[in-house]
Amino acid sequence: MAIPKIVGIETEYGIMLRGVQEWNPVAASSMLINAYLASDPGGIEPATSRVDSRSDPDNHDSVVWDFTDESPGADAREEAPEFALPPEVETHLVNTVLTNGARYYVDHAHPEISTPECRDALAVVLYDRAAELIAIDSMAATTRILGPGQEMVLYKDNSDRKGNAYGTHENYLVDRSLPFGQVIAGMTTHFVTRQIFTGSGKVGSEIPGLDWTVIPYQLTQRAEHFEEEVGLETTLKRPIINTRDEPHADSRKYRRLHVIVGDANMSQVATFLKVGTSSILLAMLEDDAFERMHPLAEPVVAMHAVSHDLSLAEPLLLADGTRATALEIQMDLFSQACEWAEKYGLESVGEESGAMVLERWEEVLTGLERDPMSMAAQIDWVAKLRLLEGFRERHDCDWGDPRLRALDLQYHDLRPEKCLAARVGLERLVDDAEAEIARFEPPSDTRAYFRGKCLQRFASDIVSANWDSIVFDMGEEPLRRVPMLEPARGTVEHVGAILESSNTVAELLNNLQS
Amino acid sequence: MAERERIKKTPQRSKQEASETVSSSGSGQELKAELDDLLDEIDEVLETNAEEFVKSYIQKGGQ
Repeated sequence: MAIPKIVGIETEYGIMLRGVQEWNPVAASSMLINAYLASDPGGIEPATSRVDSRSDPDNHDSVVWDFTDESPGADAREEAPEFALPPEVETHLVNTVLTNGARYYVDHAHPEISTPECRDALAVVLYDRAAELIAIDSMAATTRILGPGQEMVLYKDNSDRKGNAYGTHENYLVDRSLPFGQVIAGMTTHFVTRQIFTGSGKVGSEIPGLDWTVIPYQLTQRAEHFEEEVGLETTLKRPIINTRDEPHADSRKYRRLHVIVGDANMSQVATFLKVGTSSILLAMLEDDAFERMHPLAEPVVAMHAVSHDLSLAEPLLLADGTRATALEIQMDLFSQACEWAEKYGLESVGEESGAMVLERWEEVLTGLERDPMSMAAQIDWVAKLRLLEGFRERHDCDWGDPRLRALDLQYHDLRPEKCLAARVGLERLVDDAEAEIARFEPPSDTRAYFRGKCLQRFASDIVSANWDSIVFDMGEEPLRRVPMLEPARGTVEHVGAILESSNTVAELLNNLQS
Repeated sequence: MAERERIKKTPQRSKQEASETVSSSGSGQELKAELDDLLDEIDEVLETNAEEFVKSYIQKGGQ
């Protein structure tokens, strides 16, 4: 049986300090997060430390991230090639845990927010929107402390269109007993073909030699930054299947599939389908319910080809020598998913959310087949293309016009008064009122509940926290680490009453043991 | 509790919106007018010095 598909998204935001001559993106990212914490957003312990642009580990009172169990260099393949480079863990930068169970930190030269662990795709959409609201408030809080004419701006995108990419990663809980080779075989084709509805759209190309006369516009921002089929790297020679084996949970029972191929979506429907379809296919792999995987002859070539094909009509070469379009392959994956759902049920991906994924998946695929433009309220690359074509017609300009590139970037601008995505009529799946609550409240049905509630109740007694443990300071006694190796435990059902009846950390730890 | 209510009501809402999308895509005139309004607004909010703005948008590579 497929295990619960607990999921989350990590987003690295593009960052700009406007009106400042020389600035450092690492310091700017630290300043952004410190300004947010110092602005005393509800539900967080007020930070009393001064806000400073220097990244100083002692310069915030919020609960810090605990790196004890981080091992991003661990490889899911039994025999990893010797040249596989583990990414570095930067422990000296601002890194904090929020009361909704999320992590807010500086990664490389970008501010990054990881949603808390969610039980289904719809909850991911809610917490992804909550993360956007946090980012919006952070920008405003930073701009307030900057000089006149200076402004902090974040972009929810994945590339500066000049060859530099940054990620929006998905994470899925996977049964350890599923051989990793099966994950590679089953998911590669999906990651290549799902781009037809996950792409955020990009003007031009970042491949040297391919200018706008060859590629005026393409489906995704990330595709061109992928060069390998399988590998450990995330910052260079990026692979379609990332082998980072760092489950942040009981490693004898679980894997965490770290998916690095996705675009950051402004469309909630796109985020929902990106996570929802991938969750279903992983559950199908665990149930051994795949009849046809459609292995591609050259996945990396196909990845670029799908992104470059606005007609959605270009056939991809399959390993068996036949050809099929990305849309045809997606149609077949969808129909296999329906058969799987019929036979195994949707419990593993959440009943209601899973049923909605199937409904919306079909709607989007049939819409794309009929007329891609009919999906302008659901799919980012379509919404953006509609805008660009309208602008081109009105101003009679060619694809090389810098205003189109500005429009492309500004689609992702998170300032409400500037954001173009907020103006194109994208359909919403969650209300902002609900997302506003989710900024501070953890999901009730994963271990994020325990993390978030402990931070709400006992922040001053917590030394540090990470995905799978919390360290409490017991005063006179030694520090106490509470492990949380089961992502589906620590829910309101499991610990709600215990938390409710505990007035102190000592009581809590006592009650947890009894 | 709120979690369950949210999940229950969402599919209904989305179905309704989806049917609105489909029906409105039937009217080309209406769509054109909507896009015109949108382009008016975008002419107002689009970065003024587009070329300079696009050039200045440089990011360090991340993951």
